[in-house]
Amino acid sequence: MKRTLSVLVENRPGVLSRVAGLFSRRGYNIDSLAVGRTENPAISRMTIVVDGDEQIIEQVGKQLNKLIDVIKISDITNDPYVGRELILIKVNADPSVRGEIMQIVDIFRARIVDIARNSLIIEATGDADKIDAIENSLRPFGIREVVRTGKIAMLRGAKTRGMEASGNGTGE
Amino acid sequence: MDTVFGIPGGSVLPLYHELAVASIRHILTRHEQAAAHAADGYARASGKPGVCIATSGPGATNLVTGIANAYMDSIPLVAITGQVSVAMIGRDSFQEADITGITLPVTKANYLVKNVHDLAATIHEAFYIATTGRPGPVLIDIPKDITTQRALFRYPPKLHLPGYRCKVQPHALQVAQAAAAIGAAEKPLLFIGGGVITSGAHEEVRQLAEGQDIPVVMSMMGKGGFPETHPLFAGMVGMHGTAAANYAMCETDLLIGVGVRFDDRVTGKVEAFAPKAKIIHIDIDAAEIGKVVQAHIPIVSDARQGLAAILEKLPGKGEHQAWRQQIRRWQEENPLRYEKGGLKPQYVLEELYNLTKGQAIICTDVGQHQMWAVQYYPLSRPRTFLSSCGLGTMGFGVPAAMGAAVARPGETVVVITGDGSFQMNIQELATISHYQLPVKIIIMNNGYLGMVRQWQEFFFDRRYAYSEMLGNPDFVKVAEAYRIPGRLVNESREVVPALEEALAAEGPFLVDVRIDREENVYPMVPPGGTLNKMVTGGKGA
Repeated sequence: MKRTLSVLVENRPGVLSRVAGLFSRRGYNIDSLAVGRTENPAISRMTIVVDGDEQIIEQVGKQLNKLIDVIKISDITNDPYVGRELILIKVNADPSVRGEIMQIVDIFRARIVDIARNSLIIEATGDADKIDAIENSLRPFGIREVVRTGKIAMLRGAKTRGMEASGNGTGE
Repeated sequence: MDTVFGIPGGSVLPLYHELAVASIRHILTRHEQAAAHAADGYARASGKPGVCIATSGPGATNLVTGIANAYMDSIPLVAITGQVSVAMIGRDSFQEADITGITLPVTKANYLVKNVHDLAATIHEAFYIATTGRPGPVLIDIPKDITTQRALFRYPPKLHLPGYRCKVQPHALQVAQAAAAIGAAEKPLLFIGGGVITSGAHEEVRQLAEGQDIPVVMSMMGKGGFPETHPLFAGMVGMHGTAAANYAMCETDLLIGVGVRFDDRVTGKVEAFAPKAKIIHIDIDAAEIGKVVQAHIPIVSDARQGLAAILEKLPGKGEHQAWRQQIRRWQEENPLRYEKGGLKPQYVLEELYNLTKGQAIICTDVGQHQMWAVQYYPLSRPRTFLSSCGLGTMGFGVPAAMGAAVARPGETVVVITGDGSFQMNIQELATISHYQLPVKIIIMNNGYLGMVRQWQEFFFDRRYAYSEMLGNPDFVKVAEAYRIPGRLVNESREVVPALEEALAAEGPFLVDVRIDREENVYPMVPPGGTLNKMVTGGKGA
């Protein structure tokens, strides 16, 4: 069972290795991890896709919560959210097949971002299914290289995954 | 905190320069591992955080075992390491090691201080994190050029730790459920662990046990949390636990686990652990709930506060006469016993108990002697049993006892060790001699890595692969070389006079006891086995 966790962390040195290290140390299977700054430069958000049964996911959450730099964890798997990945695909494209490739690019609302004599770089965003589909559609032309981000996710509607602290860490 | 343990070196020289004129006592150990264990022992014996200091590179890496040891047993420890200057970091400089990277999995938090203005806040934060919630080790790595700079000392009144949660108050609803379950149980069993010692919950444990007539078992970390001579006490549970405690675990209908983490040495085969029981699990670390066994009534709180809240909800007294008598019968039918004759480690411990009236602080190393010490030296006070329970670190005992002797002057501090473990930090005899720490060292010397040999006897066709300690020195002469008096014991009748001499000595003393070489620890639950399937010794237990 794949779960999508949205994790707010303090933007401190070593926080990524702390989180990544926890997963490997405790034997959890991480599918993808994407991290970047939030609207508050002191805080980063990680979107982690993790695979495991209910008990493992519960442990993942609890163990992550123990890291001092982790502020808040939300399992958004069952909430309505927009989830996106970005892919860059370098595909073989001699002039004879360019037209066909451009049609595929159109259908997936992707973009051509670089062109060379015999190849193109295509940029696409979408959920994992769409990204897989465009990759599959381009495979027959010969894919030279793929670079893919992990998933990032945001809840639909006005609701935010709060920046509020859930702990009493004031040092009192 | 009044004492630190450490060894100076290149990158901590500026720190030591000031330490020499500060009002903090510094104990110079002979190996950094011992500094970490001594600080750990100091913390276990006193309840205050222990502090150790080492230089960069090898000094810092030598601390790692001690830090991991404190992490496994949830001991508040602050390790301060020197680091090469900020500009030199990452260049494989002389005596550089990425100690924050290395200790990431074995610290509760760690810091590399790159700005002198962050130093005061970092130290404040480190002690706060080490000592609150579930305690644990915290490491502060300080580059040399940070300790040579000047800054105005501003101790922050408040810390900014939005991600740090240390909930100590139990949830009222869970408490009410626990109280109701206790009221309804016919065969309740209290199972106490290190959390009881850490939180000082021993009084609440006693009130609950006596008020509700509930038998008590313990993990090794829980030793001292309940008087072992109490009629409600049934022993340690697990691999080398008592038969009564293990049978009780298999029969109880309500297991009340307080400050325990259900280690594999306790549970045996998890699927068959406490099969008939509803489980109440009180622990300050939410991640411990459901990690190994599923709790029916989880209570995330400080052990003392959790128990106090439950006690308030319990109306009257409880009575479980039939259950108590059942456990008593198991105890009578399966007492701890050993074959008489020869020179038995169990006998040494019994005599030690008699001579010290059970009031010594017992520090152990790891192996057979550790289990015998648990079994044959019953304790009644918290913070009097110092042992490496989680990590199982041979070499812990002697430095831990140094920490205890510093923390609790005036108390009798005894190390129970083996010839294998003792040699893993034998250099600390120099520290003991240097500071005249009144540590009494008793070596259960069988010329083997005894527990290894026992496992080889049971599970590896008696092929004693590399477990015989050929080439052991004359330990009494070694002690004498450090100006520590010692006594060799070859026969049973020499045990009491030697112990008397050791205990009467003002300073340190070493007793080398040549115990029966192939004595085993019984009972024993084979690893991964169920608790009621114990191996007992031939004619013995």
